[in-house]
Parts: sequence; structure tokens; C-alpha cells
Amino acid sequence: MREPDAIAVVQPGWRRVHLSGLTLVGGSLVLLWVLVALFAPLLAPHDPDSTNLGALLKPPLTPGHLLGTDQLGRDVLSRIIYGTRVDLSMGLIGVMAPFTIGIALGVISGYVGGKLDTLLMRLVDVALAFPFLVLVLAILAVRGPGLGNYYIALAIVAWVPYARMVRAETLVLKRSEFVEAARLLGFSGAYVMRKHVLPNAVTPAAVFVITDIVLTILLGSGLSFFGLGAQPPTAEWGRMIAEGQAFLATSWWISVLPGIALLLLTLGFALLGDGIAKEMRVRT
Amino acid sequence: MSAPIVAVEQLAVSFVMPSGEVPAVRDVSFHLERGEALGIVGESGSGKTVTCRALLGLLPSTARVSGRIEIDGADVVSLSPTELSGLRGRKAGMIFQNPSSFLDPVMRVGRQIGEGLRLHEGLGTAGARESSIRLLEHVRIPEPEQRVDAYPHELSGGMKQRVMIAGALACRPQILIADEPTTALDVTVQARILELLQVLREEDQLSLILVSHDLGVIASICDRVLVMNDGLIVEEGLTRKVMLRPRAGYTRELIAANPSLELNAAPARVGTPPVTHPPAFEVEAAEDILTVERLSVTFGRMRGRLARRLFGPGPPPVQAVRDVSFSVREGEILGIVGESGSGKTTIGRAVVGLTEPSSGSVAFHAKAGQHGPSGGAVQMVFQDPFASLNPRMTVSRALAEPLRRHRLCEPTDLERRVRELMDWVELPVAFLERRPHELSGGQCQRVAIARALTVEPRLLIADEVTSALDVTIQKQILDLMRRLRRELHLTIVLISHDLGVVQALCDRIAVMRGGEFVEQGSVDQILRSPREDYTRELISAFPRMPIDDPRDGR
Repeated sequence: MREPDAIAVVQPGWRRVHLSGLTLVGGSLVLLWVLVALFAPLLAPHDPDSTNLGALLKPPLTPGHLLGTDQLGRDVLSRIIYGTRVDLSMGLIGVMAPFTIGIALGVISGYVGGKLDTLLMRLVDVALAFPFLVLVLAILAVRGPGLGNYYIALAIVAWVPYARMVRAETLVLKRSEFVEAARLLGFSGAYVMRKHVLPNAVTPAAVFVITDIVLTILLGSGLSFFGLGAQPPTAEWGRMIAEGQAFLATSWWISVLPGIALLLLTLGFALLGDGIAKEMRVRT
Repeated sequence: MSAPIVAVEQLAVSFVMPSGEVPAVRDVSFHLERGEALGIVGESGSGKTVTCRALLGLLPSTARVSGRIEIDGADVVSLSPTELSGLRGRKAGMIFQNPSSFLDPVMRVGRQIGEGLRLHEGLGTAGARESSIRLLEHVRIPEPEQRVDAYPHELSGGMKQRVMIAGALACRPQILIADEPTTALDVTVQARILELLQVLREEDQLSLILVSHDLGVIASICDRVLVMNDGLIVEEGLTRKVMLRPRAGYTRELIAANPSLELNAAPARVGTPPVTHPPAFEVEAAEDILTVERLSVTFGRMRGRLARRLFGPGPPPVQAVRDVSFSVREGEILGIVGESGSGKTTIGRAVVGLTEPSSGSVAFHAKAGQHGPSGGAVQMVFQDPFASLNPRMTVSRALAEPLRRHRLCEPTDLERRVRELMDWVELPVAFLERRPHELSGGQCQRVAIARALTVEPRLLIADEVTSALDVTIQKQILDLMRRLRRELHLTIVLISHDLGVVQALCDRIAVMRGGEFVEQGSVDQILRSPREDYTRELISAFPRMPIDDPRDGR
């Protein structure tokens, strides 16, 4: 027979948010990049798109070009700084539509139930049956390359995990006594879903958003690398890596430095997401 | 007389929390004689569970223990983990409140019982199985040879508790510690488990420590009782003596709050206010406010023809409520009583419209202008007080929401109305900005009631509203409902498994079993002259407090 090793004799109170060291590192990284994006014009020493044929392929630490220049003489530091705006907003805008669509469909599907639920969940099954990347590429192939179409592709396919998570929570909450009490008070279904179900069901999805931002940025810069995302001459990290590829043996900085920037941005979000997820698990 | 088998001296337990040390038990001393049954009674948080867990060294690592605990001469506090595990099971066995969560769901019960035997006595698989069968027989489980291979989910709650007891007794301990062993069980099952403990105590010469919040349970089998409050023993003595002539104020309060059946016409016991029923004519003259006719509710549907051919017939539909008819008069309190699974909650849900009846009708008759402005003329309050409120809403928002949403009062009047509602349920306005997790169970239940009152209902369905609460809180909630009926002229249908609660509040009782009404009648008629056997069984299973008998010499 099993014996419990701990018993809840004293209810733990609502502890103050206690974030671990790594979470703070992640948060600071994200904050840093946000500041860089906001103040790009102040921070960048040069116009990111202005070419300078007199200073081609200058290595880092060249006077005037701290991180060197690329094959068109554009300042790498300035391009990285301006690229922050593109990559950061790619992550943030990219998850917005899937998140909104996903949680809305999830709540409706779980709360209304019946045939609608069956229909929506079969739709989810279909979306899951296709490899995610293939679906995104197919949509881009139909609509043509570009970040706008990337967002549309995400809106079409990336809502699925959010819908599933929120639906699962909703199914539990629907049976809970406070939701039933709200129904008995004569509130409409839409109102109960919005005010009583969604705020309590959204937590796991909200935690997942941060992880999803990482995936969205990586996929977006990956597509840009292949020329399907941000179009030249936009300063975008994936695009910069692709452009520097040909010079990797001689001028490594053109590709490697944006790569490091990408790593530090996604690492920030990943650490932050992990920390928050852990915190949520402890709490609930 | 030999030395006591358990001696506890100045036991103090506190838990180390990030916010500091929280004392759970402060200075507790008691002893248990060989063959004695000692009851420990108290409300949640009184330290009774912590005390008996400390006896076997079962406290979490955050606990700080001081004092002396001697079990048969061995000092538990100073024992090493290995010595402790030798003590558990062999010297003392323990059973807990919720047998389902203490049995491994993927392990056959025979193996679980035999685990201790293999560990402590070095029995082989076959020998352990043999012993398990004997033990199952010992705890009066029918067909032990078959049941030994059952998984926990195949057994009923009472059966699982018997399996727990068998496991605890496997290594022939001299002491059995039972922590709320019957709290999760129906009364009739509870009565049988208590009977079993009584029998086992004699057969195995056990010394018993029984922890319970229920004075009736303690009274029915314990020789001596300790009353605990806030980590201290407030009173100790022979059970009869403590129950009949309590010395401590807290004990008196506890006894007064304990819902008990008043079957004798004799004057009520010490400290119990007489049950006051309002003058009968008032209710008699009133009109029916709710008529339920031939209500049936069936869960699960028969599969369609294709599905049947593909997947077989599927589980048969369950008829939760079968052909039930009753009516409730305005201003009346009707109690629906029954054990778990009897369908009483389903009736309540069907009346408010949360469950579709499969046949029959529910008619609510309100005179013109009596419908709550939102149409929410029937409201329901639920069992779990913490689940009844949206965890993200403060009390003031929870109360203001229906008022604002249904425009039940002027925006300028909102605050006054919310304060008035708080007043009705006797909560201080200081609680308005709190969230549910900052409230106690009783306070949450009051907020839930206040929220139901916002739409000015005529009929309130109270589904087990008190069963998650301590007795003293339970009494307060019952008093509150009584007041609401008197002052707001609210009609109440009280659904409960507890005859004591129903008797304390209701005018009429309906007894349910297996989805049907067994009998209906006034409280007096049902409790004093029940017509049906099942009602009699229910009444006799209810744990009884000793009644002060003038001929009693003590």
C-alpha cells in the first residue's frame, strides 16, 4: 500500500512570483532586443540599405564598421540592428492570428460541443495530418513569397495547438460549478465563454505562445533564407545569412553574426517560456 | 495495569514555510491503553490528522517535531527511517479517508495487501496470496478468492476501505490508526465499516485511534475522546461524559453544531437549540411554486444501428431518475435525501434546467411580477465552495456582474446593492476585494449564495451545500438559509446525503434510492414513523450521539 510522503496540512498561500535565474536571463535578453528594435534609428551607425562600394567585405573592428561590411559594403551592425525589427515583429505578429483564432475556436468547440465540436476537431485532425512545414510551403507556393503571405499561412495552419489546448481546458471548466452558476444567472453562452471560461482556460495556451514565438521566428528566418520570406533588400537575419553564404570561407562575419543574433533572440524567448511554464505548473 | 501502548508527551509539530514556521500541533499529551478505542475529534486544521501522522513518523520533511511519542516502548521521534518502517505495519497500521487514492489503481488488491507481508515477513508470492485471501475474509469481503484478483476500480468505496483495513492489519499490528475512515462513504456503508472496526477490535485485540470530524462516528465506537482545536487538546475524557457534560466551551459548540437526529420527543440535549419549524399553516396555505411530474432522466444513448453493428451494443443507458413526481409549496423547505448515486443531484439539475429531462415535466409557477427580472427565478448553489466562484473574479465583481449585466439596478446604486448582499450573507465588506482563494470554504459558500440572490430568485436549489464544510460552519450556513427563507420568503430545495442536516432545516423530506422516491412526508413522519425499510435503514445507520437519560447513573 502506498503512503503519501507529504500532506497538504497548511495550504500554501498565493506565492509572490518567483522567477529563477535562467528565466531572468531570458527575460533580459528579450527586453534587450525589444529596446534595440525600438531605438534602431538611434543605435544604428549607418543606413542599413546604403551600399558603399568603397568599403566591400571589411572585417569586424574596421573603423566606422564595428561588425564589418558585406559584399555590397552595407554595415553589418546596422543591418543586424534594423533586422531586429523584422525578426522580432515576425515572431510577435506571426503568433497573433493563430493564437486568437485558436483560443476562440477552442473555447467555442469545447463549450458548444456536439456537431460543431466534431466538425472543428476533424478539421484539426486534417491540419495535423499534414506536416506543418509542407503546409506552410504549399500556401506560400500558391500565394507567392513574402512576409505577409507567411503570416497568412500561419493563420491558416498554426492555430491548431492553441485550439486543442483551450478546448481541453474548456471541457473541464464547462462542468465546473462556477460556469454552471453563471449559466443559471441567465448570462448568454457567448458572455459565459468570454468572461468565465476563456480567462481560466487560456493559461496553457498563453504559456505556449512564448515557445511558439521561437518556432515562428526560426521558421520565418528559415523561409527568408530560402527567399520565401522577407524580400531583399530588407535587412532580415535569415536573408543576411543566405547572402553571406557565398563568402563564408573568406568573410564569415556576414553570415555568422546575424546567426548569433538569431540565436540570442530565440534563446531569450525559449528561456523565458520555460521559466513561465515551470512557474505555472508550480502554481496550479 | 500495564503500561499504555501509546504515550505522547508534549508533542509539538510545526511546518517550515517560506513565510515562516506555522504551528500545527502545540503541546499535545495523551496515551492509549491496550485494547482501548480512543477518538480524536476536531475540525479541519485542528491538528488531529497531523497528530496521528506524527505517531507513525509520516509527516512531510518540512515538519519540525518535538516532544516524545512512545509506541510500545519505542521512541518514534528518534527512530531511524529503517526502524520506522519496521514499526509501521507491524506495530501499528493506518487507514485513511479516501481509499481510492491510497490503492494503486493498476495493482490487484491481493498483491497490495500482500505487499506488507512479503516485505515484513518475507512471505513468498503464493503464501502472500493465501494470507491476502484470509485477510479479505477477515474484513468480511464476500467471495475473497475472486476479489483477491480484482483491481481497485472494480470495488465499491466501502469495499475499498475494507481492503485498506485488510492491508493495515496484514502484519498483525496491535494498533490501528484510522484517519476519517468513513468520511467519503455513504451512511449505510459507514455504519457497516464502523461495525467491522468494532468486531476486529475484539477479535484481534486491537488498540484503536479513530480520527474524525464527526462526533456521532466517534461516539459510536470510542471509549475515550480527545477534542482538539487549533493544535491543542481542549478536552479529554470518557466519550459519554464528554458528549453529555462537556466542560470546554469549544466542545459545547461542536456538539451544538453537530447535526443529529432528534428521534425522541424528549427535550433536546444540552446545548442544542430546539428545532424550530415555522407555524405549519403558513406553508400549508401557500400555493405550489414548483411541480415536477413523472420526471425521468437518462444518461447515455443507445447506439445507432450502424454503430451497434461496428462497435457492439455499447454501455446501456443509465436511468438516473425514474418517474419522480413532487411539488414544493411557496416558502417551504423540501429536503431530498439519498446516498451517492441515488439521483438526487440530477433532480436538482433538471429542475434548474442544467440537465434535460428525458421525459416528464418541470413546471415553475410564479405569480406575475415574481419572476426574477432576469428570468433567473430558480437558482442553484453547489457543493464545492471553491469551485462555485470564478477564481479570477473578486467578490465585488462576482456580485456586481449579474446586477450590471441584467441592469438590475442603477449604476449609481450598484455599490449599495452589493454591500446589501454582503450584509444578507453576513460577510464583512472588507472581503469585497478578495478573490476566492483568499476566502475560507464557508465564506466562498456565502458569496455563492449572495451571487445567486442577485437575481432575486423565488426558489433556491441547494445541492449538498454544507457537506464540504466543518460542522460549526455548516451550522452557520444552515442558519443563514433559515433566515433567507424567513426574511426573503425564499423557497428552498435542499439536497443532501445527511439526514441530520435535512432534519435541521427542512419541513418535508423525500427519500431517494436508485433514481426513485422511496417515500415523502413531513420531517416528523419520516424520522419517527418511516414506512419503508430503506428509510429505516438510513435512519438507523446515522451515527447517533448519546442521549441524556435521567436513569443513567454517570
